[in-house]
Amino acid sequence: MRRRVLPGFGISLGYALSYLGLIVLLPLAALVWKASGIGGEGLLRLLSSPRTLAALKLSFGGALLAALINAFIGLLVAWALVRYRFPGRRLFDALIDLPFALPTAVAGIALTALYAPNGWLGRWLVPLGIQVAYAPLGVLLAMVFVGFPFVVRTLQPVLQSLDRDVEEAAESLGASRWQTFARVILPVLVPTLLTGFALALARAVGEYGSVIFIAGNIPMRSEIAPLLIVQKLEAFDYAGAAALGVVMLSFSFLLLILISLLQRWSNRWEERAA
Amino acid sequence: MSTMTAQRQAGWTRRMGHGVIIVLASAFLGLFLLLPLAAVFVEAFRQGVQAYVASIGQPEALTAIRLTLLVAVIAVPLNLVFGVAAAWAMTRFAFRGKALLGAFIDLPFSVSPVISGLVYVLLFGAQGWFGPWLNAHGVKIIFAVPGLVLATIFITLPFVARELIPLMQAQGSEEEEAARVLGANGWQMFFRVTLPNIRWALLYGVLLCNARAMGEFGAVSVVSGHIRGLTTTMPLEVEMRYNEYDYVGAFAIASLLAMLALVTLAVKTFLEWRYSDEIAAHAPGGH
Repeated sequence: MRRRVLPGFGISLGYALSYLGLIVLLPLAALVWKASGIGGEGLLRLLSSPRTLAALKLSFGGALLAALINAFIGLLVAWALVRYRFPGRRLFDALIDLPFALPTAVAGIALTALYAPNGWLGRWLVPLGIQVAYAPLGVLLAMVFVGFPFVVRTLQPVLQSLDRDVEEAAESLGASRWQTFARVILPVLVPTLLTGFALALARAVGEYGSVIFIAGNIPMRSEIAPLLIVQKLEAFDYAGAAALGVVMLSFSFLLLILISLLQRWSNRWEERAA
Repeated sequence: MSTMTAQRQAGWTRRMGHGVIIVLASAFLGLFLLLPLAAVFVEAFRQGVQAYVASIGQPEALTAIRLTLLVAVIAVPLNLVFGVAAAWAMTRFAFRGKALLGAFIDLPFSVSPVISGLVYVLLFGAQGWFGPWLNAHGVKIIFAVPGLVLATIFITLPFVARELIPLMQAQGSEEEEAARVLGANGWQMFFRVTLPNIRWALLYGVLLCNARAMGEFGAVSVVSGHIRGLTTTMPLEVEMRYNEYDYVGAFAIASLLAMLALVTLAVKTFLEWRYSDEIAAHAPGGH
């Protein structure tokens, strides 16, 4: 028991567990308990409501699409920041975390000011038939915004540590730049890309503040699931709100587990190839 | 000769490729990050400096600022103590269920802010588990300051712990063991060895925790009840003014929050640049 030279095991673990239990686990237990109050039939009724289904579809579909977009753009931006030197690089690098540091309500009204039909960009986009604010596209935009830092920040250290010798070897063996990227670099990045994708997805699924201002919240069209929870709560439908919350949480955990399985599989594939 | 031309050609194509990537990335970052930031300040000053100053000087704006500070001053230190305790237990001792504990610490990151507020309404609201008892004893949690604090603690719980755990894992416990063997008591060891070793990572975690605590919207909006002058934090005041079509007022408060974000980013960048070795992995992860 050499480790027990250090003091404080009981008190630190005990404190951490009680704090976590009181702040996180007990409240989540209350959520599940309250949700179970609506019963199987109530759950069926909730899930067969077209409005609930439309909101869940928008929240999860939008978040998946936003995470996918972030994976592509995040890779491009991380690549530019790690591999090239250009004016403004350090400023941009520091600004990557802006969507994380900027309160979501602020992001929400700022994006709306830009993309509303009379906004900075909206006044040019709307005549072209591109309606961003008060439409599903606005929801997507806000979701891309809040998830943006995750892919870039998870990729950066991995890109930095990539062994350039391998790339040079591939090129000296006659591979084109694009072949080198697709066959040598990208496979190494896949697990990290998946991590960033999962983080961006988890953030976007539950996002509320930045979305509700730009979404316009039109039922069946641009209404997200967290907003439905708020509405149920305001109508004192506590059980319904809790049930929708549990449905959302179960879906997101399922997705996150799926992604981590995918990650494990791609890691194994990578090891076998090596 | 022809191979040299081919090489020059290849080099030129490659530089073109670099240029395209740099231009695309810069254009995206400018349009996507800088423009919204600029919009906040331009809209705030749309009717001049006087209107801006007047709308920040309004009493409900000042109470919102005070309330935001109050919530952060309670929530951040509590999560700081939790983060240190959790990181100490997880990195210095072996016990069963450690991975599970780590997963539970990360849990708030994958819970929608709205649900983080909802759970406290279900516990302490009028129809909640403890609602009737609290009501009988005259204690108000939901639609009051304690609810705002609880929801904020939930949302920001992982930040300090997430920052400390990888660092303390990497540092190992030799120095602390040496201090103990040389006769230091527990607190002496903690304040003279552990704390100096983790101070920058701790500050880093507190910085991120505080930014989120002051800016949180979804979770506090569910438990706040939007009682002006009593339960509206700055982000909620932004929302209320915006919904009342007081755009200058909304963007004025928003500009204060945007400045907080910029200060946070500046300090964060400084810490990463100056103390990168003492902060360990600073991927934002779930931050």
